[in-house]
Formats: sequence, structure tokens, C-alpha cells
Amino acid sequence: MEEALIRSLTPAVLGILVRRGADFAAAEDAVQDALVEAIRVWPEDPPRDPKGWLVTAAWRKFIDATRAETARKRREEHTEPEQGPVPDTDDTLQLYFLCAHPKLTPSSAVALTLRAVGGLTTRQIAQAYLVPEATMAQRISRAKKTVGDVRFDQPGDVATVLRVLYLVFNEGYSGDVDLAAEAIRLTRQLATVIDHPEVAGLLALMLLHHARRASRTAKDGSLIALAEQDRAKWDTRLIAQGVEILQNALAKDQLGEFQAQAAIAALHADAPKAEETDWVQIVEWYDELANLTDSPIVRLNRAVAVAEADGPRAGLKALSQLDPELPRYTAVAAYLHERDGDERTAAGLYVEAAGKASNLAEREYLTRQAARLNRKGPPHQ
Amino acid sequence: MAKYLLLKHYRGAPAPVNNVPMDQWTPDEISAHIQYMNDFADKLKDTGEFVDGQALEMTGAWVRYDGEGKPPVTDGPFAETKDLIAGWMIIDVDSYERAVTLAGELSAAPGKDGKPIHEWLEVRPFYGNAPTITE
Repeated sequence: MEEALIRSLTPAVLGILVRRGADFAAAEDAVQDALVEAIRVWPEDPPRDPKGWLVTAAWRKFIDATRAETARKRREEHTEPEQGPVPDTDDTLQLYFLCAHPKLTPSSAVALTLRAVGGLTTRQIAQAYLVPEATMAQRISRAKKTVGDVRFDQPGDVATVLRVLYLVFNEGYSGDVDLAAEAIRLTRQLATVIDHPEVAGLLALMLLHHARRASRTAKDGSLIALAEQDRAKWDTRLIAQGVEILQNALAKDQLGEFQAQAAIAALHADAPKAEETDWVQIVEWYDELANLTDSPIVRLNRAVAVAEADGPRAGLKALSQLDPELPRYTAVAAYLHERDGDERTAAGLYVEAAGKASNLAEREYLTRQAARLNRKGPPHQ
Repeated sequence: MAKYLLLKHYRGAPAPVNNVPMDQWTPDEISAHIQYMNDFADKLKDTGEFVDGQALEMTGAWVRYDGEGKPPVTDGPFAETKDLIAGWMIIDVDSYERAVTLAGELSAAPGKDGKPIHEWLEVRPFYGNAPTITE
């Protein structure tokens, strides 16, 4: 049994321990210990009932920890919780809600979700986010305290869960853990326990973006823009899956921002060549998205789509109505001026945009664009 | 072992010898430069001398306490600051000489026409621990 499969049992097992009366923080530690043991032992000696094995192991660890704690406090009274029956209810959804509780900051919610729902170790999460393990351990333990008094059976808000999963997906991957793949796994799992068009929309969005991953960076690590990507490298199986999930979601006629974003990603994925992209429809989806979110970033992306659909002048006109302080505004302006044939202005704007970029890959990409234009004409002053 | 900070500046260091801004290079020259930096860090990871390397954005601000109950004062973004740090690498090496050798190597990263940039890097020793045995 591979590690991801073992980890997929995490929320079900944790839910059972909590139902039996274990408090969330202690139960979560116990499940984590049981997972580590399972990953060590199962390859040699796979159990017939993986979930039952994990419940038993986690419960034993929980009892051991409780006893040790009791002994440490030198208490006389018997505080060990009684072992109840294994209930049929699946508390997976409740765990998603708890770990994305609005009382938690985004970074705590992300960390707690990856550990208590995803079954990742603190070390893996720390590595993925490039912080010391002790820092991540503290973040998780404080998060557990924050939600310690939240009743487990309270209904939660799907939107907060989706925001957490979206954040995880966008972090991409560094080190051993592929956070994008992990976010997809967790969103798939969420989709099995709740029928909600935005859950499906987010899953479709992730799959459609993940399908293009191999084509997004060159061998030297530099970014490749969508129009320049080798579409033969796109994962057609993931695209088909994403499109199908999206179509089923859209059929429910409850549009949300993730479905709209996925629809845009699907239109890109649908074009065999960049120049065959249906930009008119993409602009329409951006209009829907702008109605749903009123986000200036959406209007910035819309300006690019307008330029592709109606020409660079129309795009520049749409851009002129936006705040120049928006992130990536200058990069978009550079691109649109280049499309409009004004390479000299574009080169200068690319340099300016590179200076404002919020990550190295983007900074290098924008510098390369400036360098490319400067090779063609006289250097920009 | 002793730790050294190799500091790279956007502004404030003396001008490098091969002083052509990156947007005037060819795309291949840019690739070669980035590859050199990555290879350098990988090499130090192999030798067990790498501690950390980070790059900073070009923007930021000055911030200070402004008294009880008041929000902090901010000044900036520091567009006019004479000295602006671009990033660092922290290395853990056996001697000052080794730190200087490595800084020299890093400064030889290729730039315009594939020639070394010869940029100035600041090398700063960390304070070490007080030794346990002092006599």
C-alpha cells in the first residue's frame, strides 16, 4: 500500500477516535503516530482491514499517551476514556470544517489540514513551506488549541475549506512533498463526502492546471507562457477528467468563482493551438467571474482576454480603467504594448515589471522578455 | 567551522567590471547566469558548506514604533535608499580564506557576452559561540 493511500484513511480514523471521546488534539497526535507505524510496517506485513488496524493502533497510542499524562500529573483518579463502539458515521467532512475553521489564520488552517486531514508529518509540512520543523510544530499545536473548544458536530462553511485547499494547490511543490498533488488528493476526497458544485469546480480547476504542469517550465527552470507551451505535453487524461467534472457541476446551475475559473482553464485546454483559443468565450467567463468576485485581479486578466478577442487597443483601453498599483499591472501593460507594435515602450515596461515581480521565476521571465525586445531594436534608455 | 554571510546588493556596492543590466543580455546569457548561480549553490550543498540562500524583492519600507496605542510609522518604499540588499547566501566554512575564495567564485558568474560580472559581494562573519574550554 503506498503512502498516499495509507494517508487517505487519516480523517476517517481520527473521526472515530474523537467520536469515542478522545479530545481532538490528543487523538490527532495518536493518529499521526499510528500512520508513521503503518508506513513502516505495512509494506512488509499488509493488514487485511487497514482502517481497523489504524483505529486499533491509534487508540492504543492514545491510551498510552493518556496514561503517561495521568502518571505525570500524579493523579489518583482514573481518567482513561472508555472505548466506545466504532460508529458508521464518516466524520471526514467535519474534520475538513474543523481544520479550516474561521478562527484559524490561513497559514494555521493550511498546516492543520495537511496534518490532520492529509496525514502528512510536521517535518514534511515544514519542508514544503521552507520553515524550521520546530516552527511548524508550534503552528500546528497552537492551531489545535484554537479549535480545541469547537464542537465537532457543528456545520461548517465549504467556502473556507475550499480557500484552504486553493492555497495549498497554489504553493506548488518544493522538497519531498508535492503540495499540488496533495491538494488535488484532498479535494477529490472532499468531493466524495459532499456534493457541492464549487467543490467540483475547484477540483476541475486544479486538474486542468495540473495537466499543464510539465509544459510550464523549461529545463533550466524558467517559466514558459501559455501561448508558447508545447501542448503535446499536456496531460489529456487529466484535462478530460477536469472537463467532465466541470460539466457536471455547471449542469447544477449554481455558478461560483471556482467553476468560472475552471471554465476559463477548460477553454484554454480545449485549444489545439494557442491561436485557436476561443477568446470571445473567455471574455464572457471573465465577465461572469467579475460579477461573482468583483476582484480587480479578475479585471486585469480580463483586459488580456479582451486584447486577444478584440485587439490590443481594446485591451489597453480596458487596462486604462484599472489601478496601476495592481500586482502585475505593469507586466500586462508591457505585453499589450508589445502586441500593439510598440516594442520600445514594451521593453521599458518589462524592465519595470521585473523590478516589481513577487517571485524570482516571474522576475526572470519578465527580464527575458525585455532582453528579447532589446535584441531586436536599439536598447531602450 | 564559522559562518559567513555573502551579501549581494542591488545598489550600494561599487560598480562591477562587466556592468551591463540584464535586460541588455541575450536570453542565453541570462540562462547561463542563472545556471551558474544554481550550480554554485548545489556544489556547496555537496561539500556540506551551504546553509541558506535567499533573494529579496526590490521593494520594502522602513518601520518604527511610534508610541503606545499608535500604529507603527512607515517610511518608504525606500526608492531613494543608497544601499539596497538583493539577497544572500550563508555558508559554513573552515576559514575566512575559504569564505573569500567562495565569494570570489560567486562573483565570477557570467554576464554580458558570457564574461564574468566581477560584481562586489560583501562578506560578513557571524559572531560564533563562546568556547566551552577557554584555558
